[in-house]
Amino acid sequence: MSGAESSTIDRVPVRDEAGDVLVEVQGLSRRFDVSSAWLNRVVRREDKRILTAVDEVSFSVNRGETYALVGESGSGKSTIAKMVVGLLAPSAGSVRIDGTDPANARPAAMTALRRRIQMIFQDPYASLNPRWRVADIVGEPIRTFGLASGNEVGKRVGELLEQVGLSASDATKYPHEFSGGQRQRIGIARALASEPELIVCDEPTSALDVSVQAQVLNLMRDLQRDLNLTYLFITHDLSVVRFMADTIGVLYLGRLVESAPREALFERPTHPYTRMLLDAAPRLDGFERVHATDGGEVPDPISPPSGCHYHPRCAFRVDKCDQRYPPRRVLGPSEVACFEAERVLDAGAGSG
Amino acid sequence: MKSALSRAWQSDIAWAFRGSPIAMLAAFVFALLVIAALFAPLIAPHTPFDPSTLNLMDGFTPPMSEALGSGSVYWMGTDDQGRDVFSTILYGLRLSLLIGLAAVLFAAVLGVTLGLIAGYVGGWVDALIMRVADIQLTFPSILVALLIFGVARGLTPPELRDQMAVWVLILSIGLSEWVQFARTVRSSAMVESKKDYVQAARLIGRRPIAILFRHLLPNVLGPVLVIGTIYLALAIITEATLSFLGVGAPPTSPSLGTLISIGQDFLFSGEWWILLFPALTLLALALSVNLLGDWLRDVLNPKLR
Amino acid sequence: MASNVMPSSAADDAAPLLQVRDLVVEIPTRRGTLRPVDGVSFTIRAGEILGVVGESGAGKSITGAAIIGLLERPTRIASGSVTLAGTRIDGLSERELRRVRGARIGTVFQDPSTSLNPLKSIGDQLAETALAHLSVSRAEARQRALQSLIDVGIPAAAERLDAFPHQFSGGMRQRVVIALALIGDPELVIADEPTTALDVSVQAQILTLLRRLCTERGVGVMLVTHDMGVIAETTDRVAVLYAGRVAEIGPTRRVLTDAAHPYTRGLMGSTPDTSPDRDIGDRLVQVPGAMPGLANIPTGCAFHPRCPSAMSICEQREPHTTVLGDSAVRCWLHEDYP
Repeated sequence: MSGAESSTIDRVPVRDEAGDVLVEVQGLSRRFDVSSAWLNRVVRREDKRILTAVDEVSFSVNRGETYALVGESGSGKSTIAKMVVGLLAPSAGSVRIDGTDPANARPAAMTALRRRIQMIFQDPYASLNPRWRVADIVGEPIRTFGLASGNEVGKRVGELLEQVGLSASDATKYPHEFSGGQRQRIGIARALASEPELIVCDEPTSALDVSVQAQVLNLMRDLQRDLNLTYLFITHDLSVVRFMADTIGVLYLGRLVESAPREALFERPTHPYTRMLLDAAPRLDGFERVHATDGGEVPDPISPPSGCHYHPRCAFRVDKCDQRYPPRRVLGPSEVACFEAERVLDAGAGSG
Repeated sequence: MKSALSRAWQSDIAWAFRGSPIAMLAAFVFALLVIAALFAPLIAPHTPFDPSTLNLMDGFTPPMSEALGSGSVYWMGTDDQGRDVFSTILYGLRLSLLIGLAAVLFAAVLGVTLGLIAGYVGGWVDALIMRVADIQLTFPSILVALLIFGVARGLTPPELRDQMAVWVLILSIGLSEWVQFARTVRSSAMVESKKDYVQAARLIGRRPIAILFRHLLPNVLGPVLVIGTIYLALAIITEATLSFLGVGAPPTSPSLGTLISIGQDFLFSGEWWILLFPALTLLALALSVNLLGDWLRDVLNPKLR
Repeated sequence: MASNVMPSSAADDAAPLLQVRDLVVEIPTRRGTLRPVDGVSFTIRAGEILGVVGESGAGKSITGAAIIGLLERPTRIASGSVTLAGTRIDGLSERELRRVRGARIGTVFQDPSTSLNPLKSIGDQLAETALAHLSVSRAEARQRALQSLIDVGIPAAAERLDAFPHQFSGGMRQRVVIALALIGDPELVIADEPTTALDVSVQAQILTLLRRLCTERGVGVMLVTHDMGVIAETTDRVAVLYAGRVAEIGPTRRVLTDAAHPYTRGLMGSTPDTSPDRDIGDRLVQVPGAMPGLANIPTGCAFHPRCPSAMSICEQREPHTTVLGDSAVRCWLHEDYP
């Protein structure tokens, strides 16, 4: 049996290691009404259909670190990202950035908060306005927040472009004159323009070629070190997570099933889903590797399985798994929502 | 400036233009008509709407023949009042173009604005605007124009009616045409609103007005040019129809439609030129605009490239 | 000028199933002729999975399209040859190509909705394909359709036979596409990014399935992807494409662990990985710049502006293809100077 202590908790424990908490997410939920139009429903006698995209997610991010949210389709990771930056209102729960809750903030506090949070988007071809010059795109936050005016703005834009590995003369060009990787750099420059503390990165390299991805990831790490940035990094790619993240949260169908520091997650996973993900991810040295395929797919998020959502696919399943949702608990350095987490820990990290 | 022009000449659109004889011909005809209309006061040999210059004895003179009264040669003949048909066409063309362009511009501004709002805001605002649009679409545009025209006419005092005719025409034709602009812009706006650059602007707290007009507008304008050209032809025809029916431009300052209406009375008594030349001009105008619009639509269609 | 020499393989008496020789694909535009594929050569043996890997713009999808004759005008094969089991299939008429597709070459594309007709049940689509390419009766075709669904692991296959594509999940749909590709008993399957749009857990299942079915039936597979991890785990041999040329080709294990071409080395170094044996260094290897666009391919070796080992000759002349046993590489570092 594993010697690790396990205790049941209701709340996310505040980390008492060094580093203060910049982002605190508590019981965050988001539901979408995806029913047909009212008239159609009445005629067809259908029930309302509610999609629970995010279900009671709690985690916290320390200043200066990278917290990665990992999940496949339907996991809710993008929805969480939008709620953290304030583009979407939560249905329940709260997001606190350095103590301020955007949902309840006064306008002045809200503007101040906006300056400190920025976002980098996934699609380099949709994240820059094709009809604007780069100078205007990168300068928009500077002007909106009144950080500079007149010629100062142009100078600042030039500095930002150099900082991300482009040249100041690129400011007069239009986005279509750049490659995908360069556009992503422009997006990063725009994110840095307001001198933020927190940057939410929504799959920033998923649309890029491998060699370009390496450049952008290296750049992001350098910037984090130089500017003391905090990243909330959303992705589906475990290999990128391994390179970028300090702490990782694993999402399945809107619920946070495991949250752990990087090494613990990759070497001693405590949730069956994490273990399955690690096994499924293709490896560069996996010649003739046999996967322990679980032969299942992510179910329809509108009518998820009862109890623990993962139970139909789970190799460690026991009777109560389809009746109750397992409470979050601490197991060593990890937090996990699974009744059989100790067995998972003992089983080791996959078939290798 | 020179390099911008030469770059424009090298562009794909200019190349497609040079490769299409129809487009070049239509553009040439249209340009000719626009220049004729613009410089009408300078080109017209006579001033047909100043009664003091008219000689009733010159009436009904056939084209290229000497007039009975003054002896001058009229290129396209004269009408019943002795007005030089060529000059009336020039002024009529001017009015037709003016009303057509102004109506389309009005329809475009109204339609684009409503389309942007509907596409970006969504929800009940979108539903409301679209229902109004749908209702209006069930009526033919001429009927709508007629309706609005009638109402506006009824509201203006009789002595001002002739003067207000132009404005009322622009208003009624414009109001009958905004729907297509709104619909097209709305679907583009819906697509663009979901893109990340709009999210980025919302993120830094830009106000909806700024997002609509600084971010979205430049990206939805593409199809508007094509629709605009096609609807220009429609506006011209609608105006001509209204004037032909007698509810448009009055005879005191006639458009091409009015001239056709006047000429129709004399067709069967043998003075064919009073009808034919204005009709041919209208045909040339509408056709050239239509062909240009079709060509533009094909050339700008990304799927056909 | 690339040489015509092909790398010899161990079982050389087995004639290759697919032979692509010096394939050149051109797109005439008004600004000049573009060459997305510029002298690509490789072979695939029966039962072997060849991975074709490259970044976007490398020409891998166009190569696959050229082999099955799916190039859209004005893109066309300019020179070179494609030979399937001894018969040339490039330059066939559309009618003859239709007989080749399905019966001899099956295809699996990234997006199942391009292969599956949303208006027909999958049973019908499978049976139709069987009827078109095999001489079987209708009843037999339906039986084969059912069997193919069972083979690809669709649960309750008998009931699902009459279901429509939209009633299947993404992973199940891709399994149906594989069934469709294999039902005509083809000799070769071309799979273009078959798992890129799927979740990683499903990806593993699909690739395992594809590998198992094809080696069981002795079907050769050309697997086009940009994912080196997929290459490592699924393929026997791999061809690395760069700017329309084959930079390197050889057995997967050798190419990935001991790459001869600097581009391959760069790709391996810049790919983040979950293997526990891999050190988490402070930086990923960075290959500067990006793949050149078709209109801007550099002179000499297309990779030279980004290459850490570039020499002066690399800018001047295109390297020949050097054969090293069962591999080949196109790089001046390995060229035997005359």
